[in-house]
Amino acid sequence: MSKATDALLDPIINNNPIALQILGICSALAVTNKMSTAFTMAIAVTIVTGCSNAAVSAIRNHIPNSIRIIVQMTIIATLVIIVDQMLKAYAYEMSKALSVYVGLIITNCIVMGRAEAYAMKAPVVESFMDGIGNGLGYGLILMLVGFVRELFGSGKIFGLTILSPVNDGGWYVTNGLMLLAPSAFFLIGFIIWGLRTWKPELQE
Amino acid sequence: MSHYLMIFFKSVFIDNIALTFFLGMCTFIALSKKVDTAFMLGIAVVAVEFVTVPVNNLLYVYLLKKGALAWAGYPELDLSFLGLICYIGVIAAIVQILEMALDKYLPALYNALGIFLPLITVNCAILGASLFMVERDYNVMESTVYGVGVGVGFALAICLLAGIREKLTYSDIPKGLRGVGITFIIVGLVAMSFKAFSGLTF
Repeated sequence: MSKATDALLDPIINNNPIALQILGICSALAVTNKMSTAFTMAIAVTIVTGCSNAAVSAIRNHIPNSIRIIVQMTIIATLVIIVDQMLKAYAYEMSKALSVYVGLIITNCIVMGRAEAYAMKAPVVESFMDGIGNGLGYGLILMLVGFVRELFGSGKIFGLTILSPVNDGGWYVTNGLMLLAPSAFFLIGFIIWGLRTWKPELQE
Repeated sequence: MSHYLMIFFKSVFIDNIALTFFLGMCTFIALSKKVDTAFMLGIAVVAVEFVTVPVNNLLYVYLLKKGALAWAGYPELDLSFLGLICYIGVIAAIVQILEMALDKYLPALYNALGIFLPLITVNCAILGASLFMVERDYNVMESTVYGVGVGVGFALAICLLAGIREKLTYSDIPKGLRGVGITFIIVGLVAMSFKAFSGLTF
């Protein structure tokens, strides 16, 4: 495999940002009570990580070492503002549902971490691929958690009723815990457990 | 007075920034292995929140809000889309200044805090508090109280978690769950106990 495909595929399972590097959990937990919000968030983060990695990599030889954090921060913040404005313009309901979490992509450790750890040392195309790969790895966990939470919490997937809840005359008693904050922690804990049982070399 | 008390109480217990809004999780998980470090980080977060939230509030009200620049002859100008980049700039600058001030006047505290202070710049709990302040339309006084409350809430949560993790050292945990895995589940349980505060008013 070429280096670019490697950079794209590795973070999805083998080096997953959430489950293994424990980065970017903050927003991952908060937006996952519905799959549609989780999906939007995953796309937004993938775009920002990919573009910021490419941009940082493109100017990596011109950034003085002492002010690199500020430079990276400015690039990331600019990209996040663009994504935020786009969401407000074309998907206003969604941007209301995500509330402050779109803005918080700026401080999402994945974006910053990849810019610092990868893009500062690698050429543009590989960095871009690495950013997209990390975004997709993040998105994968987000969708997984979102799937379980929405299915058991409200009996729906992407807003379509799968298990018809008792309140609407169906048979499924919804699990309210799934819609609350703690369930997200449990689910991520279990995902990490599963992944580490599957790949024992990752255990602490 | 009771209005401010309510904001404080609400931000510490009911809307705890770490356990209900999941902000600052990376630091929360990474630095909660020992109570001492957790406590230090807690103090640093309170100090930074106390300064940044009101400053960002002033910035929003007098420069960015729609119509805020009327005094300069631009009553229609709405700069609120620049919010994010301004807040993060203010936070980075204030953390830097705080670091220099502590180094000069309180070297003991500065040495104890060490790396945590610069790390706070990229802590989502700090930026998150500023964004919530804008969303809820607080004034300067309210946002000061809110900032301190958020900081205290974060400090409380991280100390609680560190206490539990210290006790956990000798427990026999399944191999795959050791380390972060079990920490997540513990945080989930602590968050559930904080749910007991919801709906509280006075």
